[in-house]
Amino acid sequence: MSEKNHRMPGRLATTLGWASLGMGVVQLAAPGAISRLSGIDDSPWADKAIRFVGVRELLHAAALLGTRRPAPMTWTRVAGDAMDLTMLGRAVANRDGDRRRRAAAATVAVAGIALADFYTAMRANRSKPGAGPEATTNLRAAVTVNRPRREAYEFWRTLENLPRFMIHLESVESIGGGYSHWQVRGPAHKVIEWDAEIIEDREDQLIAWRSIEGATVRNSGWVRFTDAPGGRGTEVRVRIDYEARAGRLGLAFARLLGEHPEQQVRDDLRRFKQVIETGEVTRSEGSPEGTRAQRQLFQRLAQPVR
Amino acid sequence: MKANCWMGRNTVEVREVPDPRILNPRDAIVRITSSAICGSDLHLYDGYIPTMKKGDILGHEFMGEVVEVGPRVTTLRVGDRVVVPFPIACGDCLACADGMYSVCENSNPNAGMAEKLMGHAPAGIFGYSHMLGGYPGGQAQYARVPFADFGPIKVEDDLPDEQVLFLSDIFPTGWMGAEMCDIKQGDVIAVWGAGPVGQFTVASAYLLGAERVICIDRFPYRLEIAARAGAETLNYEEVDVLDALRDMTAGRGPDACIDAVGMEAHYPVRAVQAYDRAKQATRMETGRPYALREAILACRNGGIVSVSGVYGGLVDKFPMGSFMNRSLTMKTGQCHVQRYLDPLLNRIREGAIDPSFVISHHLPLDEAPRGYEMFKNKENHCNKVLLRPWA
Repeated sequence: MSEKNHRMPGRLATTLGWASLGMGVVQLAAPGAISRLSGIDDSPWADKAIRFVGVRELLHAAALLGTRRPAPMTWTRVAGDAMDLTMLGRAVANRDGDRRRRAAAATVAVAGIALADFYTAMRANRSKPGAGPEATTNLRAAVTVNRPRREAYEFWRTLENLPRFMIHLESVESIGGGYSHWQVRGPAHKVIEWDAEIIEDREDQLIAWRSIEGATVRNSGWVRFTDAPGGRGTEVRVRIDYEARAGRLGLAFARLLGEHPEQQVRDDLRRFKQVIETGEVTRSEGSPEGTRAQRQLFQRLAQPVR
Repeated sequence: MKANCWMGRNTVEVREVPDPRILNPRDAIVRITSSAICGSDLHLYDGYIPTMKKGDILGHEFMGEVVEVGPRVTTLRVGDRVVVPFPIACGDCLACADGMYSVCENSNPNAGMAEKLMGHAPAGIFGYSHMLGGYPGGQAQYARVPFADFGPIKVEDDLPDEQVLFLSDIFPTGWMGAEMCDIKQGDVIAVWGAGPVGQFTVASAYLLGAERVICIDRFPYRLEIAARAGAETLNYEEVDVLDALRDMTAGRGPDACIDAVGMEAHYPVRAVQAYDRAKQATRMETGRPYALREAILACRNGGIVSVSGVYGGLVDKFPMGSFMNRSLTMKTGQCHVQRYLDPLLNRIREGAIDPSFVISHHLPLDEAPRGYEMFKNKENHCNKVLLRPWA
């Protein structure tokens, strides 16, 4: 779960959502009034076009009001504004007199709304994880494995095991004295590497680490092992904090963790469970690399892998 | 190899696809000798199970000969004859340790997809959507079987395919439907649906000690098969089921009611049928739960409702008031097949039951599309279609 400050653009976006709802209802209920106001009531298509825009506004409203993070959805409104401005531009060009004045006034009004939409959407973009300067992201996930606490701890403490279930890790190498060298293959086969040290190691209970001074991406975290109640195995909880500083490498690290970093940590833990319980990462022909958020969106066919 | 592929609503096609290969150390490849079309395949055929892709290989009832094993498969050897359970289970997680194999925590690599719809993910199933793993099915010449050292059961050659194939799904599914009813001496059991699962449920309920079993359907030829297994039968197009059951049990109602129908039930009252069909067609509900509604209303106070029919998502007009106020209990689940393989194989060997009684048609795999049509439309008294991949 990532913790971020999205509040401000979120509130703006919700307001815009209610505005969409209002506009949509009016456009569907009284298309005639709207077409007169915007000076296009001479066109045989005016009512149809306004009803179409009304339906579109209701879709914006649904998109903006139906999600917990409405700000990015404002881009749908920006697209709608571009469309309206194009239509109004043509209306102004093809008319004269009073109608032209009314169409021009409508264009100015829509342009103002477009600016508000654009501002909100940009704010939303800027508050995406990893994109801001010095933004720290915290990720948490947990899983229960049907294995004794000692075994779970030891599997994790043997750092070389980590790439078996952390799909983005190329390799982890212990270099002695609690230090280790980490390699990640990023987009476009770019290798990102850093050294980390274990800062706390409580046998069968907890391992905490942090990247050492000078790492491209400052990161730290811990994994905690506790007995699940009633002999249900071991509860494994992970927390990862990383600071993606401005700059291309920091961004690449954030992208590595994906647009839903918390999902990827959950997937890592799911694979950890598979490996420690069954000895292998579960693969199907639809997901031949095993559990992976992106693959769940773009499944292969359920047909043998060639 | 040849395989029967889902190509969209109401369309399956036998196509040439690559042969499967081992992906994991605990995999085996099975050369399939017999496969079957299941009633639950019709939910896929009718397009009511989400996350299918055009080209997915169907089929989850199959058996055959092991032709290749991964390095960690020590329990099977090349040449072994095996029946493969339809839920894929690892044998190592907490669910498997509890015998809840159809909710294995490790066999579904697409668990995240299922969690969005269901909260938590069930096990992977062969040939049954990407939400349930994205595994190719067994209506094909070969299949890759994951966790092959745990799931499949070896069978000696003396029993023909027809007698042991249904250990893969419908016999244990029928058995578990009856077992969930905690049958006690004198119990009257009502079963909605006289398809192959319903027929096995009737037979199982008697084997588990039921006093009377009443089976409900609308196709006389299917009710006849249920009657041969010992059931009293009701045709819901001819009688009011609730009245009839009240009458047959002198007002008590059946001690347990089993829904062996699932999400595409039919209903004799046209207006009600039209209402649910319209909602289902527009995806406002995924199931038409008449059988379930009726099973709840029919059940005696304090009785058990057992659901083995398949549901995919949401249903409407669930009679919660009747369910709650009358102290009913519901038990359900995809069958934990691995639990029942040995005991049911023994029953077959002892001659207590011969599962081949459900088979109505043998077809070569090439004719799978005709098999689906016939099975869906109940043509030619179609009850159960067996497919021969090498015929």
